[in-house]
Amino acid sequence: MVKRIAVVDVDLCVGCQSCMFACNRRFGEAGLARTAIFVQSTGGFEHGFAVKVCRACREPPCVKVCPTGALTKREGGGVRLDHRKCISCGNCVSGCTIGAIFWDEVLDKPTVCTYCGYCVSYCPYGVIKLEEVEGA
Amino acid sequence: MTEASSLSRVLYVDLSNKRYWIKERGDLFKERLGGAGVAIRLLKEECKEGTDPLAPESPIILCVGYFNGVFPLASKTVAMFKSPLTKNLGESHAGGRCGVAMRMAGLGGIVIKGKSEIPVYLVVNDEGVRFKDASALWGMNSSSTVGRIIREREAGAGIRAIMRIGRAGENLVSYAGVITETFRHFGRLGLGAVFGSKKLKAIVIHGRASLTLRDARGYREVYDELFRNFTKTSLMKKYHELGTPMNVLPLNAANSLPSRNLQRATFEGANALSGEAMSERYLGRRAACGHCPVSCIHIAALRVPYETESHFYKTKMISYDYEPIYALGSMLDIRSPEGFLQLMDRVEELGLDAMSTGVALAWATECMEKGIVGPEDTGGIVLSWGDYKTYIKAVERIAGVKGEFYEALGKGVEYASSIYGGEEFALAFGGNEMPGYHCGLATHLGFLVGARHSHLDNAGYAIDQKLSVEGRRAEPPELAKMIFEEECWRQVLSSLVVCFFARGVYTPEVVSKCLTAMGINLTPEDLKKVGEDILREKYEFKFREGFSFDGLRVPKRVTEIPTPRGFVTEKDLREGIKSFEELLKKRMSARAQ
Repeated sequence: MVKRIAVVDVDLCVGCQSCMFACNRRFGEAGLARTAIFVQSTGGFEHGFAVKVCRACREPPCVKVCPTGALTKREGGGVRLDHRKCISCGNCVSGCTIGAIFWDEVLDKPTVCTYCGYCVSYCPYGVIKLEEVEGA
Repeated sequence: MTEASSLSRVLYVDLSNKRYWIKERGDLFKERLGGAGVAIRLLKEECKEGTDPLAPESPIILCVGYFNGVFPLASKTVAMFKSPLTKNLGESHAGGRCGVAMRMAGLGGIVIKGKSEIPVYLVVNDEGVRFKDASALWGMNSSSTVGRIIREREAGAGIRAIMRIGRAGENLVSYAGVITETFRHFGRLGLGAVFGSKKLKAIVIHGRASLTLRDARGYREVYDELFRNFTKTSLMKKYHELGTPMNVLPLNAANSLPSRNLQRATFEGANALSGEAMSERYLGRRAACGHCPVSCIHIAALRVPYETESHFYKTKMISYDYEPIYALGSMLDIRSPEGFLQLMDRVEELGLDAMSTGVALAWATECMEKGIVGPEDTGGIVLSWGDYKTYIKAVERIAGVKGEFYEALGKGVEYASSIYGGEEFALAFGGNEMPGYHCGLATHLGFLVGARHSHLDNAGYAIDQKLSVEGRRAEPPELAKMIFEEECWRQVLSSLVVCFFARGVYTPEVVSKCLTAMGINLTPEDLKKVGEDILREKYEFKFREGFSFDGLRVPKRVTEIPTPRGFVTEKDLREGIKSFEELLKKRMSARAQ
């Protein structure tokens, strides 16, 4: 079963950052240096928020711009990242159309969603959910 | 990577010479947890006795603590400074994103001194500090425009704080605040004027640290327990659903909601401005501070037609809370939610403290009613209860320091009444304007003895409410003891720095457990001692700067209007003050031995 994080209704988002901190806690660490999901306002709190996380594209542009094959397509959509092959060029960060690849400040490598769903259980408003990719 | 328990870096900024440096102050954080505990130490180090609050050498201190960026609801930053309003200890706490942003930028504290020759804003991140020209932002009509421009120019979307002042701060109004993330504030005691005196328009701060925990599994366990308490139990219901305006109806029903400058303790507009009505008719969006799932920030969507153009509307997003509803609604007898929201909006744009502004306008209105002040003083403006359009004109003049009367009003009611009279109904405690509670003796005793004369120092009103429920009377010495203990414990919370709304969850035992996961061993008893020591240090600063308990003025008005617990008498208040002073002095002499 191939899964991905889906944004159910972004208007429910209050910008509490709980998902962002949860993502970093996967490593048993507090903070934001390694998080692969980001929330930001769309021009101030009064205009609401945008959730940036890998949507598990079928034809991911980030894979196309990775020069070393560190990013590969996951079956059914999305990507896998092999840190050993990554040269930290950052092409994937600029290559992602929706800006959903971030920088791991600890490893100095990109960080991208692994579709584990840990963040989902910390979203108090049901903004995001872990769903099965259709047709995968 | 840093250990979460190794908070140590303090950033020093010299605005006169555009220099900055970092000092390692790990021992100080170990001793005092961060926040208020570290800030009062830094204030004592950096602020010489008798410093003019608006002089270049007067410091701005911002501090976070061990829990920021680590545990939920640790979303506050503590600011300490010398208050231009009270000329004594200035302390205010803001939410928004600044607490998390500072910690993520690798900082425990920031000390800003000096004065820039041109307006500047600072960009602070883990690479250092940049001094940016803010000349074009100075004098701007709205603080939210300033926020928008900086948002577009600077990096860090989603994880940054943008603290800025409005025109009131530029013009050194004594109760100008600092606004962060458009809707949260270092509201009280005039930090905005201290920014203004340094030509400091804004601070942008962001970073993305990762902090390791001594016991990673224990950390996740205690985190999950906290998170469950904050999101799945009824503990935060009040803040979560209606937000703080949930207080409007119960306080009004209990004859505890001051109106018309406390000529009354009930407000005829309470239904219209209640949390329930505001939510039903105006609530347009909710938002949260950094790392807080509660989302107590309630933002009204107000559709306003243009008077000059037909079929033209603007929709303003205006945040509302209990205290502004009290100060700018109830105190001024503004019964129209639209009127209140428009006044609130202007106060935000100008960067004034909503509470002091409302109380100042209420005092001025009563002065006009009584003929103490006339239109010749107010530049032809006739203030009258409920007339929000005129109040909007008056706040423009306060923020613009237009004329002698508004200049005096901008220094607070204690000062203004010393010039014009009307002291008996000038509602300030220790120089700080009154919060929205008239619940009984503990309420007013709490305002008087609180280190910053704020309702949040010790929540005396909650003691009155609790005693009312229990149907019990307590003598002044007992109340003083309860207030003292509460204020001591709150020093621990404001050092970590967790939001006071989370106080029901962060008990001494829970705080101790959280610290253990970080590798810091402090028992609940140890923590209580730290709290007492911090309060003692705050009072040492206050005494040094001329504070005395005997010098506290009791506004006669609070003794004239009955509370749900009967009339408050000056005699009882003085007795309570004496008891509080004894408790504090005992602590001080124990320390000296």
